[in-house]
Amino acid sequence: MEHEAHNPALLHHFADAQQQKNAASLGMWLFLVTEIMFFGGMFCAYLIYRLAHFNAFAAGSQQLNVWMGGINTAVLIVSSVTVVLAVKAAEAGKRKMLVGYLVVTVLLGLTFLVIKGFEYSEKFEKHHVPGATFNFTDKFDDNGKQIPVNPKEAELFFSLYFAMTGMHALHMVIGCGLFSVLAVLAWKGHYTPGYFTPIENGGLYWHLVDIIWIYLFPLLYLISRHS
Amino acid sequence: MAEHEEHTTHSQGFYLGIGIILLVLTITTAAVAFVNLGPFNPVVALLIATIKATLVVLFFMHVKGASEKLTGAVVVSGFFFLAILISLSLADYLTRSWR
Repeated sequence: MEHEAHNPALLHHFADAQQQKNAASLGMWLFLVTEIMFFGGMFCAYLIYRLAHFNAFAAGSQQLNVWMGGINTAVLIVSSVTVVLAVKAAEAGKRKMLVGYLVVTVLLGLTFLVIKGFEYSEKFEKHHVPGATFNFTDKFDDNGKQIPVNPKEAELFFSLYFAMTGMHALHMVIGCGLFSVLAVLAWKGHYTPGYFTPIENGGLYWHLVDIIWIYLFPLLYLISRHS
Repeated sequence: MAEHEEHTTHSQGFYLGIGIILLVLTITTAAVAFVNLGPFNPVVALLIATIKATLVVLFFMHVKGASEKLTGAVVVSGFFFLAILISLSLADYLTRSWR
């Protein structure tokens, strides 16, 4: 057994480094599929209740802040670019560049969460948070004509809004923690061009959370502007 | 494939280009939302979202050109089961009008 010529990161039950990378990536994708199904259940519930309580859901959706949602979409897209550049830096063995991109990614993730926090605080001020103080007096206003909205149905919209964006925000918090750890380990030199699987798989997670927001933004904020 | 270590990543300019396309699509979808297209507003919004998600999956998550072909099958099966979840649930809820 020539252990000197052997990549120390290569585990013995894999034929070569490429097979080990493929296995890790496949396992990560299997986890991501469970995440897709988890969020898929909430998307499905949202669609069914939106069809059942169309007017209230449109009225609720029109109360969301498109600017903040749109800026957050842009923040996440830029963070996905920095993640993929981090993976590229890891592959090229550029340690400082890798750490830089990971830190920028965490900062962009925190920016997203801060903007989300401002959005949530706006919901609290307007009493749009489901619960005892929930109040929905904003009438559905289409060309000056007012249509009454059942506040119970509007509360359902905001419950789903908080469940979906809240679960997404939790994934962002986990992602920021994950990438902070990766940045520290990358700084210590744990990753080499021969082994940077945690960077790649962390990146896959980050991109999936981005994709979920790519769907949340139009479904919650955009599709009911003219209903 | 066997001769050298495989590089799955693209050039920096390529990633920046995809990022700019994604940002342009985001502005487009937000702008189109304020134009009244009647029943086509959700269709356009979901179409643009799917284009964006496909770009992320293929180029940022490196599913296109992945050396492990099984990854593509897992990704497709994931979205296939999501489609089953949504289509069969809606097939139930949308056909309850006789009650």
